[in-house]
Amino acid sequence: MENAKVLCITVASGKGGTGKTTVATSLALSLASQENVLFLDCDVEAPNGHLFLKPQVEVEKKAVILIPHIDMEKCILCGKCVEVCQFHALAEIGKSIMVFPQLCHGCGSCAWHCSSKAIKEIHNPIGILEAGLTQEGIRFAHGVLTISEPLTTPIIRQLKKWQNAETVSVIIRDAPPGASCSVVETLRGADFALLITEPTPFGLHDLKQVIGILQDMKIPGGVIVNRDGIGDSQVDQFLLQNHIPIMMRIPYSTKIASAISSGNTLLDVSSNYGLEFQALFQRIKKCVMEKEAC
Amino acid sequence: MILIISSQGADINSLVDPRFGRSQFFIKVDTDTNHCEVITNSGVNQRGGAGIGAAQIAVDNKAEVVISGNFGPNASSALKAAGITMMTFGQETSTVQDAIDHYKQGKLNSFG
Repeated sequence: MENAKVLCITVASGKGGTGKTTVATSLALSLASQENVLFLDCDVEAPNGHLFLKPQVEVEKKAVILIPHIDMEKCILCGKCVEVCQFHALAEIGKSIMVFPQLCHGCGSCAWHCSSKAIKEIHNPIGILEAGLTQEGIRFAHGVLTISEPLTTPIIRQLKKWQNAETVSVIIRDAPPGASCSVVETLRGADFALLITEPTPFGLHDLKQVIGILQDMKIPGGVIVNRDGIGDSQVDQFLLQNHIPIMMRIPYSTKIASAISSGNTLLDVSSNYGLEFQALFQRIKKCVMEKEAC
Repeated sequence: MILIISSQGADINSLVDPRFGRSQFFIKVDTDTNHCEVITNSGVNQRGGAGIGAAQIAVDNKAEVVISGNFGPNASSALKAAGITMMTFGQETSTVQDAIDHYKQGKLNSFG
């Protein structure tokens, strides 16, 4: 072992449906025999990694945020909690303070500022975390946000901390689509970002947004062009001009599409993908160790 | 009777704003004295919770009736808890003055 540090790769895309989960699960499976892999499905609003990795769920845990509970016996209706809440999760109505749990970000400012100690922070469940091993020995965990709950970042943050063990050598995080807070949270702390795009104007538009995030967060990254052969050459041109490497191309093929829709990965389509993903992993490792801006 | 009306502009001849939480201004009218006051809605660019912020404005201004185009679930639960009557603009309500007149004529529908 030349580097005992864990290597954390986040798979993101911007545009939805470009193949994040296809790549993330295929990469995890190709490394399963050599590395101690932890796979985190961070797309908590629509997790689907389990459909491909098929883990045996062994443990589960509630994901919670802390929300205020107001003891009206102690409350002097000073209105300070309402004033400090940046999310309008509290309102002073008549002789009481109303709490709107779905707007609360769990920051704790209200309790901190309460001079009469009338605010107790209580657990508000927003989803669940589940974990287990796959047949190949991959440690798998995902978060499932309860429908109608709006806050994704706390559950992603809890998921990232949950199953990490000293024995883990590679963490693969499958990010949600888009370029908002949940993607930033999934990228935070990653050593490398593998960006999946398709060669279409939509793919390029959203890819640029995620590249912007990577630059702000100073995370090195590389691109996989999926459904190669459709669309136009704008993605290639953009990446060439900006010195961002294309690390793999996955062709547009009905064979792949039908494998994915039956719950299989690229490794089931062709055994060559196993070797390709292992080579990709070595390249990422080298890139991270040499601190090359990919 | 104190009315609060969501408005796109800062005077009584402005067009009404069909949105409650994201309304640019609120015009507060005392129907007994015909005194008007303009309230700027600080929540107009708020990411979330604008409806509750606006409801808090109505409560703090001791409104008895709030008139707007629609009320979201958070705003309406807060206003309801405060005992404030919610009413919606009629089809012919175009300016704040119209809203006041239509209210007085009993032409507006109550909400919720």
